[in-house]
Amino acid sequence: MKPLEALGRRACEFAESTRENLAFLGETTACALGMLVHPGRFRLRDAALAFERASFDALPVTTGIGFLLGLILAFESAAALRMFGVEVYVSDLLAIGLFRELGPLVTAIVLAGRTGSAFAAEIGAMKVDEELDALTTMGLPPVRFLVMPRVVAAVAAMPVLTIFAELAGLIGGAIVLSMMDVPTPVFWRHVADVSTVFTISFGIVKGAFFGALVGLVGCAAGMRTTTAADGVGRAATSAVVGGIVAIAVADGLLAYLCYLWNI
Amino acid sequence: MSSSIIELEHVDAGYPGAVILRDVSFEVKRGEVFILLGGSGCGKSTIMKHMIGLNPILAGTLRVAGMEWSAKTRDALFHKIGVMYQSGALFGSMTCLENVMLPLEEFTRLKRAARRDRAMELLADVGLADAAGKLPSEISGGMRKRAAIARAMALDPEIVFLDEPSAGLDPISSSSLDDLVLKLRETKGMTFVVVTHELPSIFKIADRAAMFDKARHGMIALGSPSELREKSEDAFVRKFFNRGESHG
Repeated sequence: MKPLEALGRRACEFAESTRENLAFLGETTACALGMLVHPGRFRLRDAALAFERASFDALPVTTGIGFLLGLILAFESAAALRMFGVEVYVSDLLAIGLFRELGPLVTAIVLAGRTGSAFAAEIGAMKVDEELDALTTMGLPPVRFLVMPRVVAAVAAMPVLTIFAELAGLIGGAIVLSMMDVPTPVFWRHVADVSTVFTISFGIVKGAFFGALVGLVGCAAGMRTTTAADGVGRAATSAVVGGIVAIAVADGLLAYLCYLWNI
Repeated sequence: MSSSIIELEHVDAGYPGAVILRDVSFEVKRGEVFILLGGSGCGKSTIMKHMIGLNPILAGTLRVAGMEWSAKTRDALFHKIGVMYQSGALFGSMTCLENVMLPLEEFTRLKRAARRDRAMELLADVGLADAAGKLPSEISGGMRKRAAIARAMALDPEIVFLDEPSAGLDPISSSSLDDLVLKLRETKGMTFVVVTHELPSIFKIADRAAMFDKARHGMIALGSPSELREKSEDAFVRKFFNRGESHG
């Protein structure tokens, strides 16, 4: 009976958590639509502050990781392509890989670890301190006041971070190829040849979508924080794990849709 | 206009699946300082959360300013109440002045300068004019609670709820907060509902009090503090009040 009980309890918890997440998503969507009608209600100052923290403060780490990613990818792929004497095509591989897939993906994972967890911790600490209750009893919905500015900031930060990570990755690749006697102008010529406006904007839009996921998952984790001693820590962990899972699932779905639609 | 501003009739308080208080009935009159008291975990904060619309009651009827809490009355009722939470719950990224200006910014059409003047006036009322530009982290616990009271009063609510105002304060700060409550009641005519178990505060500020008991899951006494201390036939009530006889 005990394993059955445990299974039942888990099922109930899962159902409850799904209900809460759907309610949160519904409330956020309604709030976003409401702001389209009343844009004056948007907390621009809070969003600007969250954007600064999510983007400019994260630039060194995102650029650094992008650079290393380009460097590693170039080394690994050059080793294989060199056997056929076509290591110059590493530039094509890097450009397409970074712009379409790895740039937004890796940047979103960094955003989930850095900003998603920060959102959860900030909102969680406010919940423990009864600030969310204070907002509610002042008639200010916490979703409008706390969630919307952060989600918008994450959506706006992702394209900036993605572009910097991709450029840094390409610079890393260019350095590796120059060590393999591929002239840098040739590298950039190949990059320019394969980088269409669509390829670049596809990655940027995808990044913005991942940013929305990271923001939503982080804020939802913060809103669900309990008052237990480890409540805020758990919320931050849940934001990172949930954010990365959401990004991976969304990326998988997008890849499948791109395959279906031949994009 | 009815003399009662809050009415509870046969209310069951708690959370879905966990009834903490059963069959609670009392009313709070306009302009009085009413205390919700009892030992730790007896449900006094829970019943306050029902009164301020954070949690729905489990059974019975609860009317605040003549209205029951519902999706339709929620916004109107939130403007009739002000709440000071136990920690103060000021927003850490805003100065005291900005905290007090927030409800004015969201719910009034006052120009920025007028909002600022009104917020400064409220801070002066609670003795915090000099701390207007400070962040909550830069002021003491007592000052944070005063700033929270100023914010709670920003929209001229009919009822102000105070959750454990004395918690974490030294006796002098606590006593000065009690003086502030009495002064505001006198000057603004607001109704105060205070959750506390501090006997000195109760005897100083309360007109009436409702006492709750965890073991009996209900309200066990209602009356003025001196009535409860001197005339109650309940052993728990007598024991609770005799503990503070020296303060009375």
